[in-house]
Amino acid sequence: MDWGSILSNTAQSLFSPATMAFALAALGLAVHFGFAGLLNMGIAGFMAVGAYGYAISILTFGFPWWGAALVGIGASIILAILMGVPTLRLRGDYLAIVTIAGAEILRLLFLTTANQEITGSADGLFGYHASFRAANPFPEGTYGFGPWTYNEVEFWVLILGLILLGLAVLFVWRLINSPWGRVIKGIREDEDAVRALGKNVFSYKMQALIIGGVIAAIGGIVYALPSAVNPNVYVTSLTFFVWTALLLGGAATVFGPLLGAVIFWVLQAFLSNVLPALVSSGIMPFVSSAQAATLRFVLVGVGLVLLVVFRPQGILGDKREMTFVK
Amino acid sequence: MSSSSQKPQSVEKTTGLHIGEIEPGVKKVDPIVTIDKVHRQFGGLTAVDVDHLEIPRGVITALIGPNGAGKTTLFNLLTGFDKPDSGEWTYDGENIAGVPAFKLAQRGQVRTFQLTKALGLLTVLDNMKLGSKHQRGERLFPSLLPFLWKGQDDEIAEKAMKLLKKFKLDAKKDDFAASLSGGQRKLLEMARALMSDPELVMLDEPMAGVNPALTQSLLDHILDLKKDGMTVLFVEHDMHMVSHIADWVVVLAEGRVVAEGPPDVVMKNPAVIDAYLGAHQEIDLGVVTGRYDEASK
Repeated sequence: MDWGSILSNTAQSLFSPATMAFALAALGLAVHFGFAGLLNMGIAGFMAVGAYGYAISILTFGFPWWGAALVGIGASIILAILMGVPTLRLRGDYLAIVTIAGAEILRLLFLTTANQEITGSADGLFGYHASFRAANPFPEGTYGFGPWTYNEVEFWVLILGLILLGLAVLFVWRLINSPWGRVIKGIREDEDAVRALGKNVFSYKMQALIIGGVIAAIGGIVYALPSAVNPNVYVTSLTFFVWTALLLGGAATVFGPLLGAVIFWVLQAFLSNVLPALVSSGIMPFVSSAQAATLRFVLVGVGLVLLVVFRPQGILGDKREMTFVK
Repeated sequence: MSSSSQKPQSVEKTTGLHIGEIEPGVKKVDPIVTIDKVHRQFGGLTAVDVDHLEIPRGVITALIGPNGAGKTTLFNLLTGFDKPDSGEWTYDGENIAGVPAFKLAQRGQVRTFQLTKALGLLTVLDNMKLGSKHQRGERLFPSLLPFLWKGQDDEIAEKAMKLLKKFKLDAKKDDFAASLSGGQRKLLEMARALMSDPELVMLDEPMAGVNPALTQSLLDHILDLKKDGMTVLFVEHDMHMVSHIADWVVVLAEGRVVAEGPPDVVMKNPAVIDAYLGAHQEIDLGVVTGRYDEASK
């Protein structure tokens, strides 16, 4: 077994665009579920509108990359309003149903051949990088060291991703530790009590839904920045992976989603390297190497179950504040 | 504000609240709330059907009636938590039919709930701060800039501590409200309601599940509200408490106002005895059920 390459691949995933995208999406979900108590099961949909908004604006309408990013963000605001208006007055479970359905509708709209010209159907969208790469402030060359060695384009994605992530964390941290955050946490527990104290509960829930949606859409954009947009990425299992990352780190924390996303992707990278290696070196003879690669998803599922049962508040959470059984 | 004492306060009833003959729907000298033809139906059941009712300002009014009489429904209607099928009502002379609950609360009408709604996963102090109105930091964009709201937040905390001290909860300010006992949660809910400087305080069964020792201090707190110029409307089943602190009593039965008046008058009203108090109210329960022989004593 080649431990050197296994560990190097694992280390690389620490700063991959996917990790940053997940951290952002999980942070958005923390605003929804962890702080405002909104059961959003369609986080993949918010990431998808971000990514597609970005790619379509460039390819179809010729926007510069930053303008396209703003379109992606705007699209997520519209999505949040569309989902929130009919459901935020109802009990929490209805939002879960509407969001999961909404995310699927979006994915199918992106997938259908009727819109092939714009969305690229099953092929997805690619080749929209010119404007983003032209804006790269870093000259050609290699940056970083060891497993973290990047060319100038990868480095530009990394730096921009880290800046966006840092800003999002700061933004959420400020919000949550303000009187606004106090109202939101009150709503999470009992919205009638908060309503009786003269707060416009609907407006607060809508604000939380929009803010979380925008952060998730930025995650989708970061995901799309270096490579391509593919409809097979924004499936329901993406939503559950983001939930796993969130619950792992701690739903009602600001840094938990970050930690959860990092652990999730580092573990994924490690397992997807080590499991096939174990098979090819004859240590796991009972599965084929193709089966071994997918075994990691089984392990993720088992991990999620164990997490919810034994540490519902996540790694960084306060047990008293966030559990599934009240 | 006057500080609460453990000694029972001398209770002076406010009288002369009505104009004309005492009867259901009688006009008041200075009503804070008037209700006109409010009707609420749940399927085939008429929960509330009030023709006319005025709640007097600046005094303590009790709303009594048997289970299912529509007391809590009327409460929910008045506070905007439920919508009537028809009818009008005014608060402070302004029509408030159809105004959402949070706006009514902003106008100075605050309520508590029958099943206490202390926010268990916030600290006691945060619960209190939440009750305060017009906080700059509760708006989305100003909340990001602490220098805009920090000063106001500190003032609110100071006010909250004063109230907590009065309700003897100041030692628990940093505990999660979930760790309080049931009675302490009732106190916290009432103290939190007072953070908004209300004009009308509506208490839904403030004594339910509270032990006798705490009852006395809760009673004193309610009397203090009146002393501080607030109007109190409360739902309660404990007739001793009602006659002890209420200046005016409204009796509901099957959604209608069957009687109203000062407590001593209302409790002698045959309609009230029939509908609510029962013919045996003065006799020990054991005698009524036949398990306790009065003669042998």
